[in-house]
Amino acid sequence: MIRFLMAFTAAAFFMQPASAIDIKEVTSPGGITAWLVEEPSIPFTALEIRFKGGASVDREGKRGAINLMTGTIEEGAGDLDATQFAAAREALAASYGFNVHDDALTISAQFLTENREEALALLRKALIEPRFDEAAIDRVRAQVLSGIRSSAQDPATIAQETFMLKAFGDHPYGSAVEGTIDSVTALTRDDIVTAYKDVLALDRIYVGAVGDITAAELGEVLDTLLGDLPETGAPLPQDIDVALDGGQTIVPFTTPQSVAVFGHEGLERDDPDFFAAFVMNQVLGAGGFGSRLMEEVREKRGLTYGVYSYLAPKDYAELMLGQVASSNDRIAQAIEVIRAEWAKLATEGVTEQELEDAKKYLTGAYPLRFDGNSTIANILAGMQMDDLPIDYADTRNDKVNAVTQEDVKRVAARLMQPDALHFVVVGQPDGIENSN
Amino acid sequence: MLRHSLIARFVLGAFATFALPATAAENVTTFTLENGLEAVVIEDHRAPVVVHMLWYKAGSADEKPGVSGVAHFLEHLLFKATDNMEAGEFSATVEANGGSDNAFTSFDYTGYFQRVAADRLGLMMQMEADRMRNIKLTEEDIVTERDVILEERNQRTDSEPGNLFSEQRIAAQYMNHPYGIPIIGWRHEMEQLSREDALEFYETYYAPNAAILVVAGDVDPAEVEALAKEHYGPLKPTIGLPERVRPQEPPQLAERRLTYEDPRVAQPYVIRTYLAPERDSGDQETAAALTLLADVLGGSSATSVFGRELELANRKAVYTSAFYNGTNYDDAMFGVVIVPTPELSLEEAEAEMDAVIAQFIEDGVDAEQLARVKTQIRAAQIYANDNVGGLARRYGTALTSGLTVQDVQDWPDILQAVTEEDIIAAAKMVFARDNAVTGWFQKPSVEGEVTQ
Repeated sequence: MIRFLMAFTAAAFFMQPASAIDIKEVTSPGGITAWLVEEPSIPFTALEIRFKGGASVDREGKRGAINLMTGTIEEGAGDLDATQFAAAREALAASYGFNVHDDALTISAQFLTENREEALALLRKALIEPRFDEAAIDRVRAQVLSGIRSSAQDPATIAQETFMLKAFGDHPYGSAVEGTIDSVTALTRDDIVTAYKDVLALDRIYVGAVGDITAAELGEVLDTLLGDLPETGAPLPQDIDVALDGGQTIVPFTTPQSVAVFGHEGLERDDPDFFAAFVMNQVLGAGGFGSRLMEEVREKRGLTYGVYSYLAPKDYAELMLGQVASSNDRIAQAIEVIRAEWAKLATEGVTEQELEDAKKYLTGAYPLRFDGNSTIANILAGMQMDDLPIDYADTRNDKVNAVTQEDVKRVAARLMQPDALHFVVVGQPDGIENSN
Repeated sequence: MLRHSLIARFVLGAFATFALPATAAENVTTFTLENGLEAVVIEDHRAPVVVHMLWYKAGSADEKPGVSGVAHFLEHLLFKATDNMEAGEFSATVEANGGSDNAFTSFDYTGYFQRVAADRLGLMMQMEADRMRNIKLTEEDIVTERDVILEERNQRTDSEPGNLFSEQRIAAQYMNHPYGIPIIGWRHEMEQLSREDALEFYETYYAPNAAILVVAGDVDPAEVEALAKEHYGPLKPTIGLPERVRPQEPPQLAERRLTYEDPRVAQPYVIRTYLAPERDSGDQETAAALTLLADVLGGSSATSVFGRELELANRKAVYTSAFYNGTNYDDAMFGVVIVPTPELSLEEAEAEMDAVIAQFIEDGVDAEQLARVKTQIRAAQIYANDNVGGLARRYGTALTSGLTVQDVQDWPDILQAVTEEDIIAAAKMVFARDNAVTGWFQKPSVEGEVTQ
């Protein structure tokens, strides 16, 4: 592969459908709202359900409870044990993906038109009548613990977790959603049931549906599937300030290549200059070959296979982040180049040509984003979580096109803070010291 | 368990009338240009997008001895200058049109693709045709890009103990066949790769008669053909293109076992791979039986034989799997893996897994489980239509691995026709320890401590 594929989470909400797409808002007889795109050409439906708050709702001392609950929710429900539930789902050829991250618990379901009713009845069992059998909890717990042990040996994960701990301390954003060996080992069945009640509630639900289903059908589905969930869950987390200074933190780790995660405070999603910042980051390091970071660190100097930067406006804090990996004897040079680019952007902004190229890419790529029912269902749920209007798609490219060189310069001067830029380096880097 | 089988039967009953939509075959057309370029067009008119892919029937297994990694190195170099474009101009042009592009190298193929608005297809073809025959490499490109691939190896192999282990195991599996050499290359050979090495591979294999064009999306097949004629048509084929005959494996006479130790190992496991036949054109039945064997034995962790016996019933493992991918030009691998719970040694875990395999061969296949697996395969054909890029990749992989469009389209029915007996016969055939490499992945054992 010529290019490292990045796992972007922060930029996901920019993947908006083209304005040609017809998004309907559906409110069920019972009062649950969803956004829908009817697409009857393939006989299945993709349904995306999100519960805001996600793993950040973990109670004090119970880190990892929501993650373990999410992993166990499908392991037995109603009259079915884990094997029976899986057998029933497989026989329907349906899929229900349960995941959780910092800001949401997500359920991505796909089911055939042919057996929609049975597939949704089964999914309802998991959502409304999960069993959380001790045996299932213990089995999933062993998998989670195995994952935590593996993460502790992965330089990139260590770098990310160290950065988040330094930035957010005790706030849930400061630790991994999986929890620690100790916290997960101590979790009881009661903790899991509490976690379930804390997160899966109607006061924080967002639904997107795309596929072979009508508005009337979806309305009924919403009530049957979700209507029996409790009205309210646990309080959502508080906003948190980024507590980071410039400099660098070295985490010694025996590996041939150092991994660095870098960044500082970012920009809120609804900041008036957010689009200017978004266009600016496209020039800086959004992953394209032409980006300044790729050009300077990889193309000119061969210091890395991949380097990128991104805006991460989370629900309760904002970051501007990046990542790079270079051999231990060259990471210092890579960091030096990145610091120089950071400073250059802060003082000079971008050129007219760079601005035009970035806009051309962003506006041209925009209508290509909607390429499949599941992708679009994701987009619909994300747009609602970000509180965007249903016609957002019609105005989004105009907002990108309206960004001027002055706008970028202004936001770069505010956002890019070379002195606050902190690097967490995991490895055995030559020529860099801990700054504190 | 009575209740279990009742539920299964009830749910399976719903599938007696399982209806399939118009088969994918109706959306797929093909043509071949006079210079030998074969093309596949897959229509999907839901969005105004096209995926343009050019696949070369040349991968790392086609490299000469001593230049491992050159196929992948060349893939990187194709983003540099040509007679008509500056270095980086290809991707910049794709991006200026709102598109994205990338490339990939495997044992049997190298592929390049762009995803872009459907009305830009001609421009993509023009640029892809240009770099098929006209690259222009400087010494500086070689030096910088060689550093990049070495960093790529650092990142993807040397920083990942599991991948270093896998490299050693595969080298042990293929003693004579080039599949034993890593796609990215051995480091000491990558460090020596030259401009001449890259150009020799390029001039031999980057030719219309060694390429497959796959175009998928909102396109009209007749227009695609006209554009392909215009852009790819004038390219000269390579005369005397080498036949793809690779050195084959000798009979394995001794069991092969290896233990990989690394302080970075967090979760020890046992993995065993067996040499297994691949899908052959017009002869895919054995590969189909092996595919279903992998599903039934170690597919779903809740309902497969491994999952039920090792993860659920006896809590011996935190993870198990059986895997097989038959879309290969030469002999493939069938693998089994067990990640034991902390209480179990690797020796015990291996014994448990072997006992389950032996018992499975004796007991035979659970008919309800097989029916569920087949239902999912059938449904996967429907879900696959949601991702036209994935379909394009499926055709590209098959056509560069010695299969035909017909083989791809026959495959789902061949899978459905596999019987319980076929699966057990495949198991008896493939599970021969003489043909296997067994690997243990663990932390270094401490001096003076008895290994568990």
